[in-house]
Amino acid sequence: MRAFVKLHAEGDGFVPPSTNDFNLPPITESIAWLTKPVLLVFLSVILVSVFFILSSRKAAVVPSKLQFAGESIYGFVRNDLARDVIGHEFMRFVPYLFTLFTFVLTNNIFGIVPFLQFPAMSHVAFPYVLAIFSFGVFHYVGIQKHGIIKYLKEIAFMPGVPKPVYILLTPIEIATFFLVRPLTLSLRLFANMFAGHLLLLVFIMGGDYMMHDSHLIMKLFSPFSFAFGIALTFFEFMVQCLQAYIFTLLTALYIAGALADEH
Amino acid sequence: MRSFNFLSGEEPLNPLIPHTAELVVGAIAFTLLFLVLRKAVVPKFEKAFTDRAEAIEGGIERAEKAQLEAQRALVQYNEQLSSAQGEASKLREEARVQGAAILEELRTKAQDEAARITAAAHASIEAERQQAITSLRNEVGALAVELASKIVGEALDDQARQSRIVERFIEDLEKSK
Repeated sequence: MRAFVKLHAEGDGFVPPSTNDFNLPPITESIAWLTKPVLLVFLSVILVSVFFILSSRKAAVVPSKLQFAGESIYGFVRNDLARDVIGHEFMRFVPYLFTLFTFVLTNNIFGIVPFLQFPAMSHVAFPYVLAIFSFGVFHYVGIQKHGIIKYLKEIAFMPGVPKPVYILLTPIEIATFFLVRPLTLSLRLFANMFAGHLLLLVFIMGGDYMMHDSHLIMKLFSPFSFAFGIALTFFEFMVQCLQAYIFTLLTALYIAGALADEH
Repeated sequence: MRSFNFLSGEEPLNPLIPHTAELVVGAIAFTLLFLVLRKAVVPKFEKAFTDRAEAIEGGIERAEKAQLEAQRALVQYNEQLSSAQGEASKLREEARVQGAAILEELRTKAQDEAARITAAAHASIEAERQQAITSLRNEVGALAVELASKIVGEALDDQARQSRIVERFIEDLEKSK
């Protein structure tokens, strides 16, 4: 790695963006934990809180434009995610799912907001935390609904299956519920944000490198790299929204599964 | 867990290993947002939704009530109309009956009047006739006496005899009649 840096400094080669590009220095040397993603996460909390408090403050029957905007997002999570997936008990989970969706969405979109330009969810700690919360929530409601013994029994020994199949099925089910679900939930979000950001870095840094190269052909092709970077930014916006949706949808599905009488 | 060794970070870092600080920050930030949204935002939006649903349902209910009211009014109106029509026809019938009765009464009265007038006329005619007969009788008597005295040439001075003769004359007259 040091060799690459040296080469780049001498203008002899392109240094591709690496995982180290995600490891940002703290804002001030004295507070080691205060990094850009940490700030962005707090910023997202403030932005989301302020936006929704302002838009919901009047709670008018005939909404203003602001209230309509806030209500549309809230209504989407409440009706299309919580109610349609979970069913009649959905109202208990609306605050959680709503927080999840807005939190993930805002932090994802930070990846393409000028000057911020860093998706906090590409730091795996944040998806891990969210997945742990979702994991806790859906197991908690399952245990609350069925009692711990019945709940665990239904996970381990799915009803209506011939007995010998349990040899195969029981380990799979246990792994699914306690390992695969939280891991895939967090890694899917993390990997999408990480890869998306890396992709943007490749094209933007590549364009920059080519622009400063001595060869004319390289300079000529540099705008294409930038243009592709911009196109990818739009694509990233779609992925960011989609990933926030998927994370919330899957959490709602897991909750619905835990509440169902048979898994 | 990884520490912040980015300054000496020449080794490619494993992005799957989380920062401890970020785990804590993530948990705190998410919890904070959850509390704010649950306390301040969700109830407000729910209230707006409920109010709106109630407003719509209330509107429908009001419209239904108005329609019911209108229907009742229509029924009432029709009832009133038909009863008024019945009333009117009854009144007409009554008027006709009454008119007929009045007419009958008038006719009777007129007939009575006519009868009375006729009777009065008859009476007066009879009286006049009687009077005429009486005066005629006196005159005829006087004339006859005069005539007879003239013819006979003798004065019938005697009153008694005279009136006897007249009586006899008149009786003869009546008999011959």
